[in-house]
Amino acid sequence: MVRVLFFGRLRELAGAPEMTRALPAETATAEDLARLLAAENPALGAALAEPSVRVAVDREFAARTASLAGAGEIAFMPPLSGG
Amino acid sequence: MIRIESEPIDASEALRDFARGNAEVGAVASFVGRVRGAGPDGTVARLELEHYPGFTEAEIEKIAHEACTRWPLLDVLIIHRTGAMRPGEDIVVAAAAAAHRREALDAVDFMMDCLKSGAPFWKKETGAAGERWIEPREDDHRARSRWID
Repeated sequence: MVRVLFFGRLRELAGAPEMTRALPAETATAEDLARLLAAENPALGAALAEPSVRVAVDREFAARTASLAGAGEIAFMPPLSGG
Repeated sequence: MIRIESEPIDASEALRDFARGNAEVGAVASFVGRVRGAGPDGTVARLELEHYPGFTEAEIEKIAHEACTRWPLLDVLIIHRTGAMRPGEDIVVAAAAAAHRREALDAVDFMMDCLKSGAPFWKKETGAAGERWIEPREDDHRARSRWID
């Protein structure tokens, strides 16, 4: 099982700040996970597909195509806006 | 020192004792970011700042650490607010102490450019025109790219 976290606009679209999912074997990357979520929630899926969305795997920035093998926490983040 | 605060921050209090007592310090530069009461869509009633606990602190640590490797700093301070804020409240305080002014000023400029578009925060503004998520502007990305060698 993995925890999937959403922030900002994505949290609103997901309807929750986090969810827990069992990853099917074919869900190897964050991009695959975004597709899995898109099947459940197309509006969230469309937002996750935007290239400006950043991914963190176990609290490290990661490429969308990085492997999720062994991951416990995957975060989808809209453009960062601090300061 | 790095701190995330969900309660109002008092920038002048935070800066008062920053790097004091270190005889090598000859310059302290600081920046305070404040919630604007007027945005492009009119009056701003409230600003909400969200962060990613654990990850946000770690990324800010990296920014402060990077500043310390680029300039001979004697101390750095970053305090960032989260939660719901009203116009006039302080969002962020960044400060750097060094022997001489140029390093301190440049380090604060650098840390702020990194915080604007590189630290995991998300801002939602509520005003007359309703709610909107604030995303970094092209200017913010350009500002940050100035520091990439």
